[in-house]
Amino acid sequence: MKVKVLQDIMGANEVIAGRNRELLDRHKVLCIDLMSSPGAGKTSLIEATIKALNDRLAIGVIEGDLATTIDSDRIKKTGARVLQINTGGGCSLDANMISLALKKFPIKDLDVLFIENIGNLICPAGNVLGEHRRVVILSLPEGDDKPAKYPIMFAGADCVLLNKIDLAPHLDFDTIRVRRTITGLNPKAKIFEVSAKTGIGLKDWCSWLISERRKRLK
Amino acid sequence: MHELAVTQNLLDIALSKAAEAKAKKITRVNVTIGELAGAVPDCVQFYFDVLRKGTPAEEAALNFTSVPARLHCRQCQSDFHPEDLPWVCPKCGGLSLEITGGQELFLESLEVAE
Repeated sequence: MKVKVLQDIMGANEVIAGRNRELLDRHKVLCIDLMSSPGAGKTSLIEATIKALNDRLAIGVIEGDLATTIDSDRIKKTGARVLQINTGGGCSLDANMISLALKKFPIKDLDVLFIENIGNLICPAGNVLGEHRRVVILSLPEGDDKPAKYPIMFAGADCVLLNKIDLAPHLDFDTIRVRRTITGLNPKAKIFEVSAKTGIGLKDWCSWLISERRKRLK
Repeated sequence: MHELAVTQNLLDIALSKAAEAKAKKITRVNVTIGELAGAVPDCVQFYFDVLRKGTPAEEAALNFTSVPARLHCRQCQSDFHPEDLPWVCPKCGGLSLEITGGQELFLESLEVAE
């Protein structure tokens, strides 16, 4: 006997992600899924953003890592609320992990929640978590071919940060080529050139974040 | 990619649908996987063989239908199957490309026995 199913295999994840988003909406919290390769500067960017917006937005962070609390220890020093998730080898966070984390997190006191995903340009692209916006960091030392090599990740991004832009004079990174590839895959993506270390370009990124948070208040 | 999670979900859906149909055994699982869905069939098969032990799907054959990647060029409006990365429109060389197919990942149907 044949049984028709026609069911999305990752559908269960999407249902939980939808519930996460509803919960965040109730508390008017903007949720950002922050993705990149390992070492692109996700944690540094969050630290710099918290410092820049400390008096304007209450920012919380869920840190995803295979193991260790190195990243959450760094965030703690900024004074922001942080919760560490260790996937124990899992290559991406999923909606269920976030659902469990949200139960332990004081989201009602927040304006913005960053979810720092596992460093990897493949797996996190396939899992929705309940985020409102997907932000991908590409750091200059990784090379300007990454959007062409990992198109799914960049096609799904709402915003791309070209981080470590202060290193541009020392590298053969072609920002025009990168912008062309990203915009080709994804005409609506915002692209900002930033340095979490020196602070270059953070103003535009922070303005975007503030305007995205404002949209959540409506 | 995350094939373990994909395969676990696949098996969960298959077992619950078989239970709904009051079937004792699943003999075949038909899965559709798009070329861009990020799930490698061989890898899904490997996890499936491990996870199904002791379930009504223990002897089920896993059958994959692949959906090729499709891209639409916003510049010259042509549709094509990308042969390789990086993606470039073969007609006009354009980079403004929309993914229109190949991200499917679903359980199509089951064959079950009473």
